[in-house]
Amino acid sequence: MAQVTLINVKKIYPGGVEAVKGVSFDIPDGGFCVLVGPSGCGKSTLLRMVAGLETISAGEVSIGTRIVNEIGPADRDIAMVFQNYALYPHMSVYENMSYGLRNRGTPKDEIDARVKEAARILAIENLLERRPRQLSGGQRQRVAMGRAIVRKPQVFLFDEPLSNLDAKLRVQMRVEIKKLQRALGVTAIYVTHDQVEAMTLSDKLVVMNGGQVEQIGLPSEVYKKPASKFVATFIGSPPMNILPGTIDGPGIVALGDAILEARDLREDLAVQTPVEIGLRPEDVEIASEGQAGSLPFDVEFIEELGATQLFHGQLAGLPFVMQAATDVVAAQAGRIWITVDPDRVHVFDTVTGARLGHV
Amino acid sequence: MQKNAYFTGLTVPLLLLLPQLAITVVFFYWPASQAVWQSFLLQDAFGTSTEFVWFENYQALFSDPGYLKAFINTAIFSSFVCVLSLSIALLFAVMADRQIRGAEVYKTLLIWPYAVAPAVAGVLWLFMFDPSLGMLARGLSTMGIAWNPRLNGNDAMLLVILAATWKQISYNFLFFLAGLQSIPKSVIEAAVIDGARPMRRFWTIIFPLLSPTTFFLLVVNIVYVFFDTFGIIDTITGGGPSGATETLVYKVFSDGKGGSNLGGSAAQSVILLIMVIGMTAVQFRFIERKVNY
Repeated sequence: MAQVTLINVKKIYPGGVEAVKGVSFDIPDGGFCVLVGPSGCGKSTLLRMVAGLETISAGEVSIGTRIVNEIGPADRDIAMVFQNYALYPHMSVYENMSYGLRNRGTPKDEIDARVKEAARILAIENLLERRPRQLSGGQRQRVAMGRAIVRKPQVFLFDEPLSNLDAKLRVQMRVEIKKLQRALGVTAIYVTHDQVEAMTLSDKLVVMNGGQVEQIGLPSEVYKKPASKFVATFIGSPPMNILPGTIDGPGIVALGDAILEARDLREDLAVQTPVEIGLRPEDVEIASEGQAGSLPFDVEFIEELGATQLFHGQLAGLPFVMQAATDVVAAQAGRIWITVDPDRVHVFDTVTGARLGHV
Repeated sequence: MQKNAYFTGLTVPLLLLLPQLAITVVFFYWPASQAVWQSFLLQDAFGTSTEFVWFENYQALFSDPGYLKAFINTAIFSSFVCVLSLSIALLFAVMADRQIRGAEVYKTLLIWPYAVAPAVAGVLWLFMFDPSLGMLARGLSTMGIAWNPRLNGNDAMLLVILAATWKQISYNFLFFLAGLQSIPKSVIEAAVIDGARPMRRFWTIIFPLLSPTTFFLLVVNIVYVFFDTFGIIDTITGGGPSGATETLVYKVFSDGKGGSNLGGSAAQSVILLIMVIGMTAVQFRFIERKVNY
């Protein structure tokens, strides 16, 4: 068990491409940290630097009390689960799981005990003699996790481990990974581009973009107070609506002809400053016509999702999506009136995309 | 549901197979059957009379000490060439796979020897190791090493082994490199994290995963060393000195062409044919069984 600390970690490839531009954060012992971002944001590179599979160009990575920059992957006391599982195809499941222990000269009976224990936890006891190619995707995934847990490492590293599974299995394995990590109490770093996985698994969410950290925090904080327009649109599904507006006074923004109260908005901004207003589809509520603070929304079509429905249309002449409960009955097309909780109006700088909120 | 398109009659498939079948029949089955027929015949030195002699040619062959020697020569020659060319090629491929900068140039340079015709390769090595002209032979003599492949049978054997190995390394290298590059990087990385040091990683992960390539190359190399090394032996030693480098395939040629013993020569090629069929069958049955993942 150990905490992981990154201090101003950079990755600069030969040729000058900066894949990771100075990232600092720490993960407490037993914490579950998820690195999330679009492809090419540097999240995998960062994970591989923690693993020791990529050299660290600048900065410092420590696991426990040790700085591991110059320590090889084998000696960092980590275990990694790869996207394509990376099982040894010519070895049985048992051999796959015991390989790391055999390399370290662990006594045979201890290897046997640990492999059996891991197999029991993962419910793969009946597969130990099989070869990887005889297993299904979900079973391979379990073996890959088994290979990680028999080693009893200080840190688990997951590199998009669920992206090769079908949607149903992905949800199931997601829950299992979380349970397993809780039960073992091992610090985990998990890379994904899937924001649902990121939200559900993490107790520390790191949103990355273009080699930089956009926001670090609890998943609920990141969701409720996105630090930038990028985070706001990346986390949440369907994504947040972003509409151009202007400052109309302290805590007030104008959206076309309508006025919206935004409680988190900074007061020091000049009137008429152009801003971008973010409204989550699920934060919008239907109001009656003429109600104070209500906005006209022209619904163009409705998507039924089963548990909820999505109204697509135009708000102040701009594309807009709102989510509504299934009992809300609206005409397939036509004007309705909506309101938004002033605590849930997000305002961003037009140029930098930064949140214009109270610190 | 029907998955593949197929032909209902026999005419179209036969027509499509015809070119391939014609080539196989004209260039393989016909000469092979001629050789079998020939091996039962005995001709006089001038080719004026031919007699059917049953297995006499074979009997003569097995009582000929020269033929036994050719067998031993072939065994030595082929095992050395196979082992050397495969292991050196594997070493080169592992090194080429690791290095990044200049890898393309390195690969291209290593492939060149394959483009050299066997006879040319033979002449090249003949000159380099010629006791009176060759640079390398002179180097050996200044170091006080006696070297004369024209007189010493062992020297001659060493020289043909070197030349034949050199020629085959590039081919093996190409396949080994392709094999290495098809091993997923993450599997190697998983092994690194699992604490396998480079040598152990090679023997427990990389080498087993290369085994399909190795098996294929083993078959190809045995065929090469049995048949395609004729040009090298012919130009370097001509089978000499006094039959020291005479392999089975070379003896087929020298007995048939030089010795005008067509029946004996044909009998030898039939035996060679049976041997290669046998070896290939054994390889596929036993070695391929272990090549699995």
